[in-house]
Amino acid sequence: MPKIFIDNTSYEVKAGKNVLEACLTLGFDLPYFCWHPAMGSVGACRQCAVKVYKDENDTSGKIIMSCMEGVRDGMHLSIDDKAAKAFREQVIEWLMTNHPHDCPVCDEGGSCHLQDMTVMTGHDYRRYDYKKRTYVNQYLGPFIHHEMNRCIQCYRCVRFYKDYAGGKDLNVFAAHNHVYFGREKDGTLESPFSGNLAEVCPTGVFTDKTLRQHYTRKWDLTSAPSVCQHCSVGCNTIAGERYGGLRNIVNRYNAEVNGYFLCDRGRFGYEFVNSENRITKPQVMHQAVDENALMHHLETVLTNHSLIGIGSPRASMESNFALLDLVGKENFFCGVYNEEMMLERRITDILDSGKIPVASLKQIEDADAVVILGEDIWNTAPMMALAVRQSVMKTGGREATEKTPMPEWHELAVKELQQNTKGFMVNVTVTETSLDEIASLNINAAPDDIARLGFAIANHIHPSLELKNFEEAVLAKAKTIADELLKCSNPVIITGTSCYNDPVLRAAFDIAAALKAAGKAPAIAFVVPECNSMGLAMMRGHAFDTAVRRVNREPNVTAVILEQDLYRNLPAGIVDEFLSKCRNIIVLDSLNNATTEKAHVLIPASTFAEGDGTLISYEGRAQRYYQVYVPDNKYIRESWKWLSRMKMIISGKANGHDPHHDSVISSLETALRQFAGISAAAPSSGFSIHGEQIPREPHRYSGRTAMLANRNVSEPKPVADGDSPLSFTMEGYQGTPPSSAIPFFWKPGWNSPQAVNKYQQEIGGDLIGGNPGVRLFVKSSGNMPEFFKDYPEHFRERQNKWLLLPQSHVFGSDELSVYSAGIAGRSPEPYMGLSPVDAKMLDVTEGSQVTIKSEKEEYSFPVKIVESLRNGIVLVSKGLPGTQGMSWGNWVELAK
Amino acid sequence: MSTAQHIWTVIGVLFVLLNIAAGLIWVERRLLALWQDRLGPNRAGPLGLLIVLADTLKLFFKEDWIPPFASKAIFVVAPAIVAGTVLISFVIIPFAPNIVVADLNIGLLFFLAMSSIGVYSIVLGGWASNNKYSLLGALRGASQMIAYEVFMGLSLMGVVMLSGSFNLGAIVEAQRDLWFVVTQPVGFLVFFIAGVAETHRLPFDIPEAESELIAGFHAEYSGMKFGMFFIGEYLGITLISAMTVTLFFGGWLGPSFLPPLVWFILKTFFFIGVFILLRASLPRPRYDQLIEYGWKVLLPLVLANLMITGAVALYLKDS
Amino acid sequence: MFSHFRTMWLVFLHLFRKKVTIQYPEEKVQLHPRYKGRIVLTKDPDGGERCVGCYLCSAACPVDCIALQATQDENGRRYPEFFRINFSRCIFCGFCEDACPTYAIQLIPDFEMGEYKRQDLVFEKEDLLINSQGKYPGYNFYKVAGMDAGVKQKGHGANEELPVDVHSLLP
Repeated sequence: MPKIFIDNTSYEVKAGKNVLEACLTLGFDLPYFCWHPAMGSVGACRQCAVKVYKDENDTSGKIIMSCMEGVRDGMHLSIDDKAAKAFREQVIEWLMTNHPHDCPVCDEGGSCHLQDMTVMTGHDYRRYDYKKRTYVNQYLGPFIHHEMNRCIQCYRCVRFYKDYAGGKDLNVFAAHNHVYFGREKDGTLESPFSGNLAEVCPTGVFTDKTLRQHYTRKWDLTSAPSVCQHCSVGCNTIAGERYGGLRNIVNRYNAEVNGYFLCDRGRFGYEFVNSENRITKPQVMHQAVDENALMHHLETVLTNHSLIGIGSPRASMESNFALLDLVGKENFFCGVYNEEMMLERRITDILDSGKIPVASLKQIEDADAVVILGEDIWNTAPMMALAVRQSVMKTGGREATEKTPMPEWHELAVKELQQNTKGFMVNVTVTETSLDEIASLNINAAPDDIARLGFAIANHIHPSLELKNFEEAVLAKAKTIADELLKCSNPVIITGTSCYNDPVLRAAFDIAAALKAAGKAPAIAFVVPECNSMGLAMMRGHAFDTAVRRVNREPNVTAVILEQDLYRNLPAGIVDEFLSKCRNIIVLDSLNNATTEKAHVLIPASTFAEGDGTLISYEGRAQRYYQVYVPDNKYIRESWKWLSRMKMIISGKANGHDPHHDSVISSLETALRQFAGISAAAPSSGFSIHGEQIPREPHRYSGRTAMLANRNVSEPKPVADGDSPLSFTMEGYQGTPPSSAIPFFWKPGWNSPQAVNKYQQEIGGDLIGGNPGVRLFVKSSGNMPEFFKDYPEHFRERQNKWLLLPQSHVFGSDELSVYSAGIAGRSPEPYMGLSPVDAKMLDVTEGSQVTIKSEKEEYSFPVKIVESLRNGIVLVSKGLPGTQGMSWGNWVELAK
Repeated sequence: MSTAQHIWTVIGVLFVLLNIAAGLIWVERRLLALWQDRLGPNRAGPLGLLIVLADTLKLFFKEDWIPPFASKAIFVVAPAIVAGTVLISFVIIPFAPNIVVADLNIGLLFFLAMSSIGVYSIVLGGWASNNKYSLLGALRGASQMIAYEVFMGLSLMGVVMLSGSFNLGAIVEAQRDLWFVVTQPVGFLVFFIAGVAETHRLPFDIPEAESELIAGFHAEYSGMKFGMFFIGEYLGITLISAMTVTLFFGGWLGPSFLPPLVWFILKTFFFIGVFILLRASLPRPRYDQLIEYGWKVLLPLVLANLMITGAVALYLKDS
Repeated sequence: MFSHFRTMWLVFLHLFRKKVTIQYPEEKVQLHPRYKGRIVLTKDPDGGERCVGCYLCSAACPVDCIALQATQDENGRRYPEFFRINFSRCIFCGFCEDACPTYAIQLIPDFEMGEYKRQDLVFEKEDLLINSQGKYPGYNFYKVAGMDAGVKQKGHGANEELPVDVHSLLP
């Protein structure tokens, strides 16, 4: 470890870092703008100046940009040097000559990096008497507000948007002191990662437009650590509340999962919490009732009938387990489409065997080769796609700097060396995807053929299968891919459920297994549809079909349906049959939907913002989300609380008290062994530091004695939280909380999200105390995996039948996020994709309506001709209005 | 005195004393205000006199709160002790030649005994409150009052020597020619200072010192329990003033154009005024300064006074 | 010892001094123009609300008795949707006035705002807003801010150059 001297004190620092990173890691406050831990240094802003000396005898020294200088052993630096300080102050003064007098009306104020850095350098008075430069703003869509006057030309926005996230429509225009960051013309920013601009921009040029609708300063938010609900990746978020409404979602750093960024679906998809469509009161037979009447009714319904429970892939582990606990293991069914459930069972089997480790997003970023089999991750797990992009770019950079050594953080230089060199990535999908442009090889094929290619690759790496009837072309492609993979050391195989094809999963496993046999360190990632699909699959409930058979057999069944719209995931015919046979239907959900309309008893459940819970991400990572605020409506409670109440009614032990989170989690651990260790995902509710809880509100939280004064001038007692170590007040421990319970990032002098620097062990590294979440698939077995050998037949078109496959959309395919107006506005109209040949055969053109006939339902959509699609497949937008309950993966008939 | 007369005396003394104590609320506030260039309570009734009534009513109607952490029995008894002992002390005071409740021959010793018992109320009240500030106040009160008790007793011995009696009536009579304040100036000063300390009035209100102990031993008291401490304090002022008058300023003696009782009351009120003036003008000393002042200055002074008085008395007797 | 007696004598002499007490309801207090009493929200010279809902007053308030919610009109001009001061908590420290970047919140020479019910001490925006510029006539925040909120166009502010032509590469 190199030893450097800062102001004559010696420190040990990590080799290969730049001086700025080293100083920040050591806890020094050094101002910076253009450098970003995820994007490296470009030396554009001149803000991080320090003085460097030749040796200990040198007294004059020279000013350098600390972000552009690597640490060397024996380096002598000065941060406090007068000249360096004056230099930094002057740079800020220059930047401020054109910065508008906007802070009171700027959304960044209070979490602004520019404010922090201005205070840090000590600049306070504008000496420049001339006029300020102005720009005209652009409309950038529903998510991002543009206020170009505030720009300080650090270039972070384009570096993130174009270089990091691969966006194309944000650019830098004009020249010298007139540079302009924006689009060519007004219009929506197309990248699904545009929301990060609000956090990347050190000032208020790009701000969160949804927050603007109900603007609240960062210091006024009641925040809690949360987990994104909109896909299976499980990005860590911070959700903020004020006046009883959820106000915004910002990134919560987790080095192993989402790092510094979020996708727009996760960031802006929170408004369902504030939706008008929320269920607000318990209902019995569509009549609103109070709690006593509800409990009374439940007593008769629950005690005189046999109970079955339908678990939900978007409800927390606690709620699903409370349901299982209520109805009993043999009466617990999964509200998941049968085909999907089989796939998820396969996935949990593979992961549970521990033969191949799961890849976290961090591991995907660090992988030196990526193979994607049949999953459009850009649309089903956007942050994973961003991680794949980083893998490709970083691997390319590493290759380029092999001959000309260059530190990784030296962004521009690495990019210059790298040019178009990219890491190896194969994208094998049903149709074209947004990741195609960075893939070394793009293959579009039918699911069975994707699987066959996968098996062929595996066989090439480790000849174990007997391949029959394989086309030469496929074998040749497999050979190229296999040869490339064999050059790598830690490749990642990504696949998922959206092909509705089991062989694809097996093929992915076989590739990974073959690589392991070849002495590599492969990892695998299976994308599942919902935020807790993995958790539900791990519970190993029975298939929904069995539930339908059960109600057909038994006349007197009460079904308890947990937080899901059955009509969305399952064909309407099956659901109708099921619901009509149930004697009583109890539904717990937060929003009204087709299933809640059929409920005999409807119970309002909390969303993630109003309750505690644990979700299990695609990598089997159990992550806790905390209640953000206590809603005014006392009926809104976590499902697990309602379900435990029901259990008490049955057992006759009702005492009017809700169980605590700790007890639910510990009984989950004892009842289901596969979840052992899940309680370690978060500190228990009794946890305290020096006897203090962790405050959800910053110490500057305002308006406590006035915010409710319109109702009653006497302030209510703050609510106690019995479920977590967080308090609903601003009083409590002011230091760094445990990494899994960080309600907001703030340190003295660091009000912006960049305060996260102070929560990390090293800049850009793990959080102090380790990254949040526990991985439940930890068992690793040393012995060689056994290969799956049953590869499928070559895909054959069928006469007048088409294989129905989903096309997911970042905006629109998710059930809850579309309640946000911006996301709904960006979701496409549902369509049906057909290959040109099929379209011609059906004699349809782009835009003509075609009807899909499955067993019982008919759907009609306009046609879109997809060049890359194989014949014999019909693609339909998933999750959009009108596309619910489709029999994905089945053969359907099409008619004009 | 007949029994009926006796009872009337007791009732009369009790009635007048309690009214004086209550009236002192108004007197003190008005005087303090005037000395601070203010007007003081002047709204309720003529000259604001009804403030006394308002304050008493307020005390009666305040919530009578006993903290759950207090020792209940002692907490209740403590305020009664202070009011009781001070009231009982008054029995030996000769208000006029034949107005005295109990003409004890050891009157002075009885007074000293009662004021010693009064210390218990502070110690017990502070201790029973189970609050650290109260306890600190009680500790200070105990040490301060025990210390000043000593000089108080010693300072009076000169008077006893000169008059040859512990009976207060006899002491007053002994001053017919010359007030003892002339022959015993040191004794008077020490007695008065000790009296201020005994009643823990400003500047010696160290047991309650608002600014550091937030009311000290009676921090937890409210309602009439607090009222008892309050009354006890004003009665204490009256008692010390009356004793000063009796012992050093000739008691009821005075020119005959006014009746003796009036002389007594006038003199007493003068000293009550001095008490209030002390409060208006002098700052509170530090606790250690107070104790040091007692043991290192007052004690030698009073012992010297005793010896000189004794020597002079012996010399005069011999000659 | 002598100094103690002197002190007591001097204090005693105060008995005969002129008294400073003002017999309040009958006699009125002379308040200076910059006396900091009741809190009001002022308007700018154009008659628009000066408050831009920046939350600085509520953050500065030591007793947290100011609560507001910012919103904006169709021009992007920020204003408070509601603005509430709980005067039963207010200590009239004037920090809110110091914190206000737009001179909107001002403390004026009036303190006679006693109420019999505490609830009546909760003032909403309608109760606080006055039709005056208060102590700072002529100031209009949006004229000096960089934003275009319908008051002035980009580049037409007091201290602004015309907007940059993004298509030009000329110096």
